[in-house]
Amino acid sequence: MESVLINFLGLAAIACTLWWFWLAPKQQKSQAAEASETLEILVKDGVYEPEWVRVAAGKETLLHFRREDTSPCAEWVLFPDLEVSAQLAVDKVTQVKIPAADAGEYPFHCQMQMYRGTLVAE
Amino acid sequence: MSQRAASPQTFRLQGVSCAGCVKKIESALNEVAGVEEARVNLGDKTLLVHGPVNAQACIRAVESAGYGAEVAQASARELREQQREEEHRHYRHLLWRAGIALGLGVPLMVWGLITGEMGVHSSVQQFAWGTVGLVTLGVLMFCGGHFFSGAWRALLHHSATMDTLVALGTGTAWLFSMLVVLLPQLLPESARHVYFEASAMIIGLINLGQALEVRARGKTSAAVEKLLELQDTSARVIRSGKEVDIPIAQVQVGDRLRVRPGEKIPVDGRVVDGESLVDESMLTGEPVPVSKAAGDALSAGTLNKNGSLVLSAEKVGAETRLSQIIEMVKNAQSSRVPIARLADTISAIFVPTVMVIAVAAALIWYNFGPDPKVAHMLVVLTSVLIIACPCALGLATPMSVMVGVGKGAENGVLVRNGKALQQATDLDTLVVDKTGTLTEGAPKLTDIESEGDEDELLQRLANLESHSEHPLAEAIVTAAKAKNLPLGEVNNFEAITAHGVRGDVDGKTILLGNRKLIQREGIETGPWPEKAEALAAQGRTAMYAAVDGAMAGVIAVADPVRHDAQAAVKRLQELGLRIEMLTGDNKATAEAVARQLGIEHVHADLLPEDKETIVADLQKGGARVGMAGDGINDAPALARADVGFAMGAGTDVAIESADVTLMRSSLHGVADAVELSRATLRNIKQNLFGAFIYNTLGIPIAAGVLYPITGMLLSPVIAGAAMAFSSVTVVSNANRLRLFRPSQDSAKSNGGDA
Ligand SMILES: [Cu+2]
Repeated sequence: MESVLINFLGLAAIACTLWWFWLAPKQQKSQAAEASETLEILVKDGVYEPEWVRVAAGKETLLHFRREDTSPCAEWVLFPDLEVSAQLAVDKVTQVKIPAADAGEYPFHCQMQMYRGTLVAE
Repeated sequence: MSQRAASPQTFRLQGVSCAGCVKKIESALNEVAGVEEARVNLGDKTLLVHGPVNAQACIRAVESAGYGAEVAQASARELREQQREEEHRHYRHLLWRAGIALGLGVPLMVWGLITGEMGVHSSVQQFAWGTVGLVTLGVLMFCGGHFFSGAWRALLHHSATMDTLVALGTGTAWLFSMLVVLLPQLLPESARHVYFEASAMIIGLINLGQALEVRARGKTSAAVEKLLELQDTSARVIRSGKEVDIPIAQVQVGDRLRVRPGEKIPVDGRVVDGESLVDESMLTGEPVPVSKAAGDALSAGTLNKNGSLVLSAEKVGAETRLSQIIEMVKNAQSSRVPIARLADTISAIFVPTVMVIAVAAALIWYNFGPDPKVAHMLVVLTSVLIIACPCALGLATPMSVMVGVGKGAENGVLVRNGKALQQATDLDTLVVDKTGTLTEGAPKLTDIESEGDEDELLQRLANLESHSEHPLAEAIVTAAKAKNLPLGEVNNFEAITAHGVRGDVDGKTILLGNRKLIQREGIETGPWPEKAEALAAQGRTAMYAAVDGAMAGVIAVADPVRHDAQAAVKRLQELGLRIEMLTGDNKATAEAVARQLGIEHVHADLLPEDKETIVADLQKGGARVGMAGDGINDAPALARADVGFAMGAGTDVAIESADVTLMRSSLHGVADAVELSRATLRNIKQNLFGAFIYNTLGIPIAAGVLYPITGMLLSPVIAGAAMAFSSVTVVSNANRLRLFRPSQDSAKSNGGDA
């Protein structure tokens, strides 16, 4: 009885992990926040918030990152496809200039790829 | 946000275009309480406000006038200092957390090792361990709370970070132990063991590891800090005849600045008065100070050695070359290297994978392992979660690139991004533009042979040529000036296309030109053609001179080979590069230079567009081609090459477009760049290997594959320590790159054969 329970819990944990981290997260594009003067992208507790940011395609944009996480991982934000990166100051807004980009999705992340977000150029 | 400051505040303005705007804004600001003086600078679109005023009020005033304004960002250097302070605070914070957590964990562990009593078999033990459990919970919350909150937030966002692993690992250990304390009867006798010490130790060790990492990271950015320190904080401006010290941020284009001996040049500008030697080695790596006089350009951050200079500011703030270099180095430092792609892919899917592996391994132990099954299951689950954190993998390339790029900047080698750095490591062919790279780029008078007095002839020719626009003419004039020969009047000056020049000097008719000119005039050449041909064979351009219808001599002009070119070519060949020379010059000249330098492959008589074709052809043949040139007319070839080395840092455009910009014209810079990139890539590979090994070995060991041999499972505490120190190891190894030195100190080799 006990062993059935534990095995069931274990397999359920595996299934939940796979579902939650890989299968579920696909539907967030619609929630992308519009980049603007007032939009601050909060860097805190392992995530960018908002993690989907919409910018106008073909136009230079300024993003405002506010880093509240002192952990070393959060120090840099990288946009590898756009060759943009910036060192984020703690508890301050750091402006990151995004060059004009073609329409599409551009992931951004920290050095270790644990903080992840996506820039949507439309 | 109300911010009052007695020192003047600077704002950046938007939408300001004319003097009318300036008036409107200034008058709008004079309405603001506390404003003593408001001054708009149209040139760099800034507003300077004196007086105790609220920054927001100023911005509102500007906005009400119909323009935009924002507080000017603090200088890069100030930001960096704040960053350092923050880093230091963070470091102390981490040390405290580590100390407290270890302060609980270590005694508990010692107790366990000495007494072996970590079990719950009586109500006294239940009470005692219950108390310890609550204390541990406090420690977990206080020292490791950020792991839990981070893990939770990340979880809500469908993402998993290293916090997730730490929180799961330590949380599992604590929850299980609490279960043992509260409901021991649920578990078999052998599994009634608590793991509070593991939770506390792991949190302590990971905090400690992060503290050490923060400290080591501080060192990796040392190069940028050095560059930032080159920026002065104040400048001495001359206004209405008086010299005043003002903060550097307030210097405006057109200001006249005084720089005394021993001071740094504050902004980019041009000398208007004074003479001095300026040490530019911090930017160019060139060790010899350069003499500067009126009209010469000065770069911010360089050091004025011995004279007092007055300069007129041309570029300030972020526009200066130093700022652009800093910006470029910072960008390159955080760019990706292609080799990191694998590590990127892995770390992106790593954490959830590890969670699955951990649970699967735990289930295997539970179902098939020896007794005590429950205890083993828990240890395996915790250890796998803890040891698997991929932070070392994630840090492996960025840390090395950061140090490598910074190290390059110190040596006058500016790498644009990580890709260029990697491609520079496996070049096998280097095509070099002759003029300005292998040679000085400015023709010099090399030989003068005459019937009579050499100086007299030189003086006459220089007189004549001072009217000519031809580049070779300048060499003759310069040579005469160097000998202090006075230049006088020229009458009836005439340029004869494709032949030479003619003119009357001191009442004599002087001819200077090629053999055709002499023949056309019907002058007897005598033995001179032989001498001229001998000079031509050495790659020099020989010209015939005649005075009053008789041969007076032959002079030769050549673009001399750079004093360090031969050594640099040899060094590049030793690095395994085949060198091919490109030039628009004629074949004889080109081959003479190539012979002198030991270069076997020469492409002469080229048009600028041919250079690109040659690079492309070499690439088609399978060569990995580097191209070194001075960046302006070579631009297409530089862009075509796998790695373009722009020499001499002449223009800002070159800095922006080349893969690698060398701050001085010496080819040694290319060799330095190749060596540096090889050293960096080697370091990256060491790091990646280390991190891969660590994770690929660490996980199975934590999962218990060694159990049949050792009869023991990896303790979660050991897993925690290993995980904490893996990233410290990677960062430290990257820091070893700071010891990199180019194989040949070109500063020394300069002295020898100059
Ligand atoms: Cu970690």
